[in-house]
Amino acid sequence: MTKVLVVTSGKGGVGKTTSTAALGAALAQLGEKVVVVDFDVGLRNLDLVLGAERRVAFDPINVVQGVAKLSRALIRDKRLENLWLLPASQTRDKDALTDEGVGLVIDELRSKFDWVLCDSPAGIERCATLAMRYADEAVIVTNPEVSSVRDSDRIIGLLDSKTVSAEKGEQMNKHLLISRYDSARAARGEMLNVDDVREILSIPLLGIIPESQDVLRASNVGSPVTLSNPGSPPARAYMDAVRRLRGESINMMVLSERKSFMERLLRRRAA
Amino acid sequence: MSMKLLRLLSRSGPTAPIARERLQILLAHERGLRGQPNLLEILREEILAVVSRHVMLDSKKVNVKMDKGRSVSTLEVDIELPYGFDKPIAAQA
Repeated sequence: MTKVLVVTSGKGGVGKTTSTAALGAALAQLGEKVVVVDFDVGLRNLDLVLGAERRVAFDPINVVQGVAKLSRALIRDKRLENLWLLPASQTRDKDALTDEGVGLVIDELRSKFDWVLCDSPAGIERCATLAMRYADEAVIVTNPEVSSVRDSDRIIGLLDSKTVSAEKGEQMNKHLLISRYDSARAARGEMLNVDDVREILSIPLLGIIPESQDVLRASNVGSPVTLSNPGSPPARAYMDAVRRLRGESINMMVLSERKSFMERLLRRRAA
Repeated sequence: MSMKLLRLLSRSGPTAPIARERLQILLAHERGLRGQPNLLEILREEILAVVSRHVMLDSKKVNVKMDKGRSVSTLEVDIELPYGFDKPIAAQA
C-alpha cells in the first residue's frame, strides 16, 4: 500500500529539502517507486538539490487546478528510473494551491507510486499545512538546537490537529530525524544529545544524520548524497533510516565523519 | 538542579543541560496553551450545532470564551440571534 509521508520541521534551514531528496533517492535505490513533491510554492528548491532544475518546463499549478494532466508535470530522475519529482510552482500566488486540488493530486499519486514524499516549506502557513494535510506519516527533521526543537514541537501539535488523519481521530505515525548532529560536541555537553531531543519531543527516532561536508558537496552537484557518495556517513544514515521506514529493524548508530589528523589540527588552529 | 546553579556551574562548562531544561519548561507551558483553543473550538462547534437545530444561526455570531481564574473558571457563550428568529419558519420564507 502506498505511503504518503510529509517531511517537515517548522524551522527553516534544518535540512528538509536535502533529507527529502536523500530519503527519496534511497527508497528508489532499494527498488521502490517514489515521487518527491515540492510544496514550497514560490521558493522551490527540491529540483535544484536533485539536479533537475533545467528540466522544469511546465507549471504544476495547472495540475493542481485540474486544467492539465499530472503526467506532464512529473519529471523522471536521470540516474534512478524509479524516482520522480513533482516540482513546486514558482507562481507568487500561494492561494493557487487549494485543499481540494492538493487532495486530488495526492490521490492520483497514490495510485501510481509506492511512496509519496511531500517536502514541506518552513513555517506554519498555508503551504506547510497543505503539505501535511493528506499525509499518512510524518518525518520531523530537527537540529539539536533549541529553536529547532521548539518549532518541531509546534509542528507535532499541528500534525495531531490539522491533518485529515487527525480529523478522523487517528494517531499519525511520527518519526524523528535528527540532522546536523555532531557526536563529539554532544559528548562534551556543548550540544543537545540524541536522548535529550528524543525525550523532549517524545516521538520515535528514525535516524541520526551526522554533520558532514558530504551533504553540501551533494547539493552543490545536484545529486542526493546516497547516490553521489553512498559510503559516506550521512548516506549510510539516510539508507538506514529508509530501511526503518520500510519496517526493517536496524541498530541505531551515531555515524560520524572521520577526520584526518591534519584536518583536526587545522580546525583547532582556525577556531 | 536549579537554573541558577546550572548557570553558575556552566560558565565554561557544558551548556546543553541548560538548553534541555529551558526547553522542557517552555514546551510544557506551550503545550498547555495549545490544548485550550482546541477545547474552545470543539465547544463552539457543538453549541452551534445544537442551537442550529432550532434556530437559523450565523456561525460567525457564536462566541465562546474561557476565563481561567485561581479559584473559579468560567465559560462565556455569546450567541447573537438573527432578527425574527422566533417567528415560524413558514412566515420567514
